[in-house]
Formats: sequence, C-alpha cells, structure tokens
Amino acid sequence: MWIGGALADEIPRDQRRSGYETMRPETRAMQDSDADNPATLWVLDGEALWNKREGAAGKSCADCHAGAAPMKAVAARFPRFDAARATPVDLEQQINICRRDRQNAPPLAAESHDLLALEAFVAKQSRGDTIEPNREPGAKESIEAGRKLFNERRGQLNLSCAQCHDDNWGKSLGGANIPQGHPNGYPLYRLEWQSLGSMGRRLRNCLSGMRAELWPRDAREYVDIEMYLMSRAAGLKMESPAVRP
Amino acid sequence: MSDAPRVFNRRTLVTRAVHVVAGAGALALSAAPARATPDMMSEAIRKLVGGAKVNEGRVTLDIPPLVENGNTVPLTVAVESPMTEKDYVAEIHIFNEKNPQPYLVAAYIGPRAGKAEFATRVKLNDSQHIIAIARMSDGSFWSDGADVIVTIAACVEISEQ
Amino acid sequence: MTRALVNVPARAKKGDIIEIKTLISHPMESGYRVGYGGEPLKRDIIQTFSCDYDGAKIFLAQFSPAVAANPFVSFHTVATASGKLVFRWEGDNGFEAEETAEIVVE
Repeated sequence: MWIGGALADEIPRDQRRSGYETMRPETRAMQDSDADNPATLWVLDGEALWNKREGAAGKSCADCHAGAAPMKAVAARFPRFDAARATPVDLEQQINICRRDRQNAPPLAAESHDLLALEAFVAKQSRGDTIEPNREPGAKESIEAGRKLFNERRGQLNLSCAQCHDDNWGKSLGGANIPQGHPNGYPLYRLEWQSLGSMGRRLRNCLSGMRAELWPRDAREYVDIEMYLMSRAAGLKMESPAVRP
Repeated sequence: MSDAPRVFNRRTLVTRAVHVVAGAGALALSAAPARATPDMMSEAIRKLVGGAKVNEGRVTLDIPPLVENGNTVPLTVAVESPMTEKDYVAEIHIFNEKNPQPYLVAAYIGPRAGKAEFATRVKLNDSQHIIAIARMSDGSFWSDGADVIVTIAACVEISEQ
Repeated sequence: MTRALVNVPARAKKGDIIEIKTLISHPMESGYRVGYGGEPLKRDIIQTFSCDYDGAKIFLAQFSPAVAANPFVSFHTVATASGKLVFRWEGDNGFEAEETAEIVVE
C-alpha cells in the first residue's frame, strides 16, 4: 500500500473532456485547420513513408493494407493487447512489429522523425472517431496495472498523476491549465516542444516534473498507463495529430 | 516510499511543484546572454524610421494578451489602406523589448497584396510590449502596440534522452 | 528532409483577394539556447521567405531568430492571372527550399 492508499476518485464520465476544450482560442485555431497545424508537415512525410517500399521484403505499408482507408478508427483502439505474448502494444510498437514481420526492415528509433511521421499519418485516419473501451482478453490486466501506476505517488515531490489530472484538472499549475490528461491527440504538436512528440515523451515530461526517475524508453509501464488512459478517455473523440500548449 | 512522512497536503504539494519547476527553468536560462532592453527596441525603431514621426493608428496588432507558451505565439498585423498603385502599405516591421534581439519579423508587401494583412508565429522570452510599425507608400509611419503576458509551462522537459 | 506546405485556392475570380498560408519544417534554432548537455546550440534559422507570382515578387518576409520553429506565414494577394506561385525559403548553412502552387484565374 502506498501513501494516500485509496485511489483518487475518477472524473465522472459526463465531465470528461479533451484538453482541446480548455485551450485558448488561438491554440485551438492551430489544430482546427490542416493548413495551420504544423503537425501536417509530419503527416505528409508519414504518407510518403506509408507508400514507400522498405526492407528486404520490398513491401510498403500500403501494399499490405490496401491504402490508408483500413486505418480508420485503428488509433482509437490502440494500444491493443497481444494475447500470445501477454503484453500491451501501442501504435509505435505495432509499426515496428510490421516492419520486422512484414517488411523485414530494421525498427525505427523511438521518437525519431520517421516513426512519429508514420504514426501521425496512421492516427490521422482516426480523427473524429470515438475511443472505445478495450475489451480484448488480457487488456483488463494492463488497464489495471496502468490505473495503479497512475494513482501511485512517486518522485521527490511524492505526487501521483491522479493528484493533478483527477483531483485538480481545470485549475492552474503556475500559469498553465491542468488538463484531464487524455491521450486522444497523440502524436501531437506541443508548442513547448516546437515539435511533434509521442505519448511516451509526454509521460516522461510528467515524470521529470514530479522529480521521479524515468522508466527506460521501452518499459511496459508507459504502455500500461496509455492503456489505462485510453479506457479512461472512452467516449472522447480522436484529434490526432492535435496541438497542445 | 510508504514510510515517508506526510508533511504536505495536496494543495501545498501542487504549489511546491511549481516552485521547483520554475527554479529549474531559471537555472537553464542562466547560460543565455543578456536580454534586449526597451532602449535596444527604441534604437532599432530609430534605425527604421530615422527622424520621421511614428503615428498611432491605422495598424492593428492582434496578439493574445495572455499566451499559453512563449515558444509559439501567433500574431496578425492588419493595416488600413486602399492598397492601390498610388497608396499602399510597403512594409510592416514588428519589434519586441525583451527577447535577445529587438526585431521579430519584417514583411514587404505592396499594392498587389490587395489587403495589408499578414500573420506569423514568434517566440517571446518574457512578458513584454510588442510594437508593429507600417511604412506607407507616401513614406509615413503608423503603429500599434500590445502588452503580452507569457506564462511558464508546467512540468517542462528536463532531458529527453 | 524538408517539408513545405502551401495553401493556395485552386481557382479564383480575377481581382479577388486570396489568402495564402504556408508552413515549412525547420528548427529555427535561435543561437541563444544550450543543449541538454549544456553545449551551446548554433544558430540555424531561415532568413527570408518570398513568393513570386505573375512576374513579380508579391511578398517577402525577413525572419529574426525569434520566428517560431516550423515557420507559419499567411498573407494576401490579388488573383491577377492563371499560373504558378513560387515560394522560396533561404537561411543559414545554405538552407534553400522551394515549393510551387498553381492557380486558375477566371
């Protein structure tokens, strides 16, 4: 049992809302049109990569998936749970699994331009789609692991994710608005980063802010939290690639 | 972790987090060179206009009064002008007083624009006054200014290894 | 890999004022920052952005290091003739990028 033992109260379903709602109008405007959203630059690169033949197999993503249309709503259902390997798999990992198994190509580095670009292109096909609760066998275990991590206090500040994003959303931390912390816009263009970034990068920023030790890049903890956050965000619409302050 | 003393309630903890983060920000900035000053901005404006008078009016500088992140601040400048071959806006210059340099951006337009309005996004180091000056085809200068409050982002990235 | 995105209406009536929006991938490194290891980051910016249309330069912007990363610029022009708009970005370290867009003016 950790300090503050009881789990924080989750946000009631009817009060859950995207970080978009609390952004200032000028930041919303940047997301509203592809011509204004800098993330579009990554989407265009991602589209080119989607159609590029890669690896020893000489196949493109489009060769297997018959274009991008089948990617609709896919990002709204990730991470998925890989029952055979008993592990959750996020969209970035899935892209690298496809590269290994279908294209016979080396993996793209975490947070690299190409991986973010491909992820942005795939996730964009889910824009406007509603996040559904993951009912795959085995997903529950990952969701619960994520829920526990989300509620655990950690770091030198002894904070949990829930203390900000369940208990104090809508208030301010310094001059910044505390959002509910939904994952419905990743990968997203963060004004702070001046770049596109992944959910994992955002979680590492939060851990830094809490003065907590970061998990290794490929740690399962990040994907478990993402699993939990997607279940927590069920009913919200996908905005990828979003813009956030 | 479980035997750590519970000294702070949640509210104080959140306040405390802000101080620590702000402290780290100050440390990171200490390596940066000195900021520009309002004097440097005045000097830059003098270089542009020489001895000419800068009139207030005709220019509208649209910039959010409170920005969420100083790394990307959208701004739009619009100037009232018939935009004909004989009477048009030739240039628009935007200045700031607290970035390392007093210039933000300059746009050269002309009668073919039809409408003297352009938009871009800039980085602002701190809360400060921004000035937009338009040079008209008759050589006159017109301006508008705006105060911007730049807030510090919470939980900024310390290292992305 | 540099990616530029320009938004120009495909068709316009002669004399219409059209809005043009542009984005380009570029770090706009100001030269005033340090890296994670404390090393100074060298200035790397786009210095000028211009648009040529119907035989003339219709827009030119001079960027300072304070222009945000992945620069966005929007501006206006009068649709005068069908043809090509040529957008050019030039900057530090020999940076050059060009993008074009076609417009039909009726």
